Amino acid sequence: MTRLSFEKALEQLEQIVHEMESGQLPLETALKKFEEGIRLSRYCSQKLEETEKKINLLIENRDGSISEKPFVGNDDLADKEVE
Amino acid sequence: MNTSSPQPIYSVSEFNQSIKLILEKKFPLIWIYGEISNLKIAASGHLYCTLKDEKSQIAIVIFRGQLRQLKFTLQEGMGILALGRLSVYEPRGMYQLILEYAEPKGVGALQLAFEQLKQRLGKEGLFDTSRKVPLPFLPSSVSIITSTSGAVLHDILHIIDRRFPSIAIDVWPVKVQGDGAAEGIAHAIVKANEIARTDIIILARGGGSIEDLAAFNSEKVARAIFSSVIPIISAVGHETDYTIADFVADMRAPTPSAAAELVVPLKAELRLRCGELQNRCISCIQGLVSAKWNAYRVVRRALVHPSKAIQELALRLDDNMIRLNRAVNLLIQIRKDVSTHLARYIMLNIPKEKISKYKLIISGYNDILLKQINTCASERKLRLSSALASLDALSPLAVLKRGYSIVRSLPEKRIITREKDVQHGDSLEVTLAEGQLKVTVDKS
Repeated sequence: MTRLSFEKALEQLEQIVHEMESGQLPLETALKKFEEGIRLSRYCSQKLEETEKKINLLIENRDGSISEKPFVGNDDLADKEVE
Repeated sequence: MNTSSPQPIYSVSEFNQSIKLILEKKFPLIWIYGEISNLKIAASGHLYCTLKDEKSQIAIVIFRGQLRQLKFTLQEGMGILALGRLSVYEPRGMYQLILEYAEPKGVGALQLAFEQLKQRLGKEGLFDTSRKVPLPFLPSSVSIITSTSGAVLHDILHIIDRRFPSIAIDVWPVKVQGDGAAEGIAHAIVKANEIARTDIIILARGGGSIEDLAAFNSEKVARAIFSSVIPIISAVGHETDYTIADFVADMRAPTPSAAAELVVPLKAELRLRCGELQNRCISCIQGLVSAKWNAYRVVRRALVHPSKAIQELALRLDDNMIRLNRAVNLLIQIRKDVSTHLARYIMLNIPKEKISKYKLIISGYNDILLKQINTCASERKLRLSSALASLDALSPLAVLKRGYSIVRSLPEKRIITREKDVQHGDSLEVTLAEGQLKVTVDKS
């Protein structure tokens, strides 16, 4: 499940719920789907919580490299625009 | 005159008709700019005027319907940029432009440049919907290319924070107007693609005049947007302002705030949906398990101990036997009844004389049979006694009676017929007609 996007995970979860709700699954398959569904739901929740908030200001130096500074507020930055 | 390809001779109306066909086919819809003069509105509501520049002029018609849709009032001396098609008015041999759309050409050159660039890039395929990249559903991080002065960046950050607080954001500060703005924006787009650590780029600017938005109408920015691998959402100016950037971008948001809302989903909503799906998953499996459990119980109930099953079978067997007996008895009874009935019927129908006549015949046969049996018996008796007499004559006893004896060695009981078969002192048995003797041989 590495690199599975949130959207894909959510889609798969929806598909599983749909399949399970159709009521056509034999018990064995339903149990497998259920486990998969719970795993996906945990994965989704985890994805929702994991990204940490940070805002970076990216400024190009004279040599073309990019330096990165934490962004505080936009009042003090009016003079730092790229020329 | 050349006889091999004679020049046609037109009537006036034929000629005008030919011109109409050629011209209207050649110029179906064209952009034109110029200055309005000789403006008059007819009683019908249609507008007639001429459009001119320094050297030339052309007759213009705007029909009432199109006139009503214009967002401004046409005035004498006003410069306009217009979209129209060429029409030849046959009865008078005149051609004129029928305008579909017009806008004030206040900034003239800029607006025209905008339209020309838009047309050129459009033809090149920069606006093709097939080239547009879908926006990610949930970006892991977002790039914002905009000015750090003004409310735009603040608005975007505020909305992202409200919808999905934990998303990482890269801010690319750029000049959004004035000299070098287009180059700065294009460069930021290229750099963001080089770093490639965000899933989406928001290109934003607040509202402004067409001169203020010039960078977003530049070919440089348009081509940078087109080349971007990362999808770009444009949010330039107000809802009514359209820039070239808007047409090239993968999506256009009417305002910067709207862009933030389009890019970042509501975390709370997603969490809710996730939870809801999980609950449905759980209730589904619970429902299924309890349904299977019920089904099992039904089957379990139906499963009885073999002895009980045998008892039941025995009962059924008994029941069947009883019913079978009853049925057989009933059948027998019915046949009995029928046969009694028939016997009675027969008895009733045999005449008495016939019976006595048959009795007589039968007793006659009886006598004959008795006589034959008696005759047979006496014949057999006779034959038996004669047979006994001949048997008597053949018996060795009869020979013995005539004086012969039988000599046998002892103890072998071998019959002796020659003298040399016995030795001195042997014991012999002599059988006479009546009784036996035991003798010893004396050969001395």
